[in-house]
Amino acid sequence: MAKFKKKNKASTSISVASLPDIVFMLLFFFMVTTVLREQDLLVEQKLPQASQLQKLQKKSLISYLYVGRPRNTALYGTEPRIQANDVLITTNDIVLWVNQEKDKLSEAERDQITISLKADREVKMGPISDIQFELREADARRVLYASTVKATD
Amino acid sequence: MASRMKKEAPEIPSGSMADIAFLLLIFFLVTTTIASDRGILNILPPKVDPNVPPPDIQLNERNIFNIRVNMNDQLMVENDYRDNTEGLSQEVKEFILNFGAPNEEAQALYNSLPPSLKALARMDPESSDHPMSGGAVVSIKTDRGTGYDTYLEVLDLVKRAYFEIYAERVGLTADEYRALSGDNPGEEELRKRGSADIPMAISIAEPDK
Repeated sequence: MAKFKKKNKASTSISVASLPDIVFMLLFFFMVTTVLREQDLLVEQKLPQASQLQKLQKKSLISYLYVGRPRNTALYGTEPRIQANDVLITTNDIVLWVNQEKDKLSEAERDQITISLKADREVKMGPISDIQFELREADARRVLYASTVKATD
Repeated sequence: MASRMKKEAPEIPSGSMADIAFLLLIFFLVTTTIASDRGILNILPPKVDPNVPPPDIQLNERNIFNIRVNMNDQLMVENDYRDNTEGLSQEVKEFILNFGAPNEEAQALYNSLPPSLKALARMDPESSDHPMSGGAVVSIKTDRGTGYDTYLEVLDLVKRAYFEIYAERVGLTADEYRALSGDNPGEEELRKRGSADIPMAISIAEPDK
């Protein structure tokens, strides 16, 4: 009987004094990694998968173009559209948009601008090649086909 | 007086500290999106100047590896029909490293390759002459109706062939080679040594209108 009593005494409750510390640690992790979404997506985004991904060094050089079917099909129809910043644009506006993005960079970095093309996997090559043609016209020739990781076999 | 002040020294209750921290934690958990700026990099050709006629480049048919994708996402690789991309990466690798008719420089390049890559050289006169500039080119042509994901899959496989060759030359795996950032001189040197004399010659043709 004495043995049992001893055992009961040994099982003290876990100290919760360090719980706030643990929570704070998690909090700081998420605070540091978080990027508040600057814009609402107006188009569907299901990125394709690829295995040979590269990471870019300088984030400031990247500008994003979103391509996909509009979410609000009643307003914008079902054909793939291009979103730059907060608005849907047409292919004709791309050159103007690229020049605006280039103006945000310093002069030395302008020719290194990279367009991250975030296109939905359902999109056909037609609109993509139109975009690429306009990007060539605007002399923004570095294109990053944004995609998610696929395991290599 | 002094004793009274001491008695009233307030103490902030720290019991609810954890709750506050939890609240903040949950807020950041919900709003967080771990940023991913990863993808396949492609350099587009310069725009066509209407005043300058396009350079007349004569490439022999044997130096071009043709991949065509139609609107039903079916493939035509070197005039062979197929409906999946199985083994494409290996074929591209063999095409690049064929060394069918190497000149003097290409022969020196061949001699510098590690044995595992030398083994891939079939010296087939019907295939590419050498992998240096002016030699092997991989051409991808799509239709306007081709799915973007199929195009990316093909481009991904061709890039994989190149990256595997580069990695093999410096004794790394392809994943390690791609992760080289070029931030420090050592990594930059490795990257240069891997890709030296074998440019990534991927031509992406405009789809027919």
